Amino acid sequence: MFEILLNHYPALAEGLIITLVVSLSAIALGLVLGVLLAFGLMSRHRLLAWPCGLYRSFWRGTPILLQLLLVYYLLPEVGIELAPISAAILTLTLNTAAFQSEIFRSGISHIPAGQIEAARMAGISAWQTRKRIIMPQVFRLTLPPLTNEIITILKNSSLISVIAVTELMRVSEQIASRTFQPLETYLAAALLYLAVNLVLARLSAYLERRMVGGLATE
Amino acid sequence: MFDIAILWEARELILQGLWNTVWICFLGCLLALSLGLLLAALRLANPQVFGYPVACYVELCRGIPLLILLFLLYYGGPSIGLTLSASVAGVVGIGLYGAGYFAEIYRGGFKSIPKGHVEAARMLGISPFHVLTRIQIPQMARLIVPPSTNQLIILVKESALISIISVNDLTKNATSIVNETFHVIEPYLAVALLYWLIIELIARGGYALEKRLANRQPRPIEPLGDTLHANG
Repeated sequence: MFEILLNHYPALAEGLIITLVVSLSAIALGLVLGVLLAFGLMSRHRLLAWPCGLYRSFWRGTPILLQLLLVYYLLPEVGIELAPISAAILTLTLNTAAFQSEIFRSGISHIPAGQIEAARMAGISAWQTRKRIIMPQVFRLTLPPLTNEIITILKNSSLISVIAVTELMRVSEQIASRTFQPLETYLAAALLYLAVNLVLARLSAYLERRMVGGLATE
Repeated sequence: MFDIAILWEARELILQGLWNTVWICFLGCLLALSLGLLLAALRLANPQVFGYPVACYVELCRGIPLLILLFLLYYGGPSIGLTLSASVAGVVGIGLYGAGYFAEIYRGGFKSIPKGHVEAARMLGISPFHVLTRIQIPQMARLIVPPSTNQLIILVKESALISIISVNDLTKNATSIVNETFHVIEPYLAVALLYWLIIELIARGGYALEKRLANRQPRPIEPLGDTLHANG
């Protein structure tokens, strides 16, 4: 296992970087989409809330592998040529947006209504209320489930290897087929995934401890 | 654009895929639920001996993608003399992976029962065994149903990964149909619908179980325990 790590570290490191780039860009893009979707889900207008609900149901209710294959094979059919890596980021973004929207929806519903009423009373616009009062608190409230989601996406990014993106999983497959040491190679890959996820979890726990102050209370 | 005839012609492949997904998920989830229970029980029974190893196992399940685990079992297994068929590797992979999550769900449920309940029961002379079976487990059951349902749904969705180690499940067969007919939307959407159906069934089942457990009236407990088996 360590032999594989030592002998193939440039390839593995490159794969790990692609894994991180794909996952983190999907998380960041999905965050923006997820916040918008959360407000859509909570909208009073049925015409807005209903399609958002349908979107969430589809992306949360089907396997991500199926979603990936659908996006990857469907886009060329409608005349959009995307590189595998872009299709991968797109799929992971659309998927995580649905999960993040649910996290944010739950977070937003925990903000006391009085705060929003007070802000509106004080003449702060609806948009400013969301930006300055709701969202900063929501990010603090939702940090633990958000970390779980980041870890889930990092783990799920391993399956974009099926559309030939040379991320960590794909690189390991290549090494395994060259060295005929599948057990050692996949153990090495597992170790790398584990290390990244443990660091993320610790980082989140640290941030959570630091951010305890200034939370909304009933 | 949507051609339903394709699905009708490929019905056998779709049904075969559905059957394989269903039985592999069923056995995998069963293994995950029971192994998870064992791990949680060991950890709660003797935290000094089993606490650390079980905690490590849970971290492994959380930090390593299921796909890696499946590859380790299916491609790595033969190097240590463990040759599994793809379907068996699927069942074992889902089982081992899910067990870590279930162990944590059970433990969380058990830990959230107020200590006072146990102390009060012991004060009243109820034996430790009855405290466990009549006070701790019934309360825990109610708490763990929603997260367990959630986890089962996640496992069913993740089971699509077994198609990558060449199990003819729903996802694999849908891809075969796509490659044969050059129609993308119909097979994938049909299969997505089937997954959604399975997931919806699990969600409904979990919800029904949750309601049943919530409505159940606690039976009176006699301190001496001799009438315990009377009103089953």
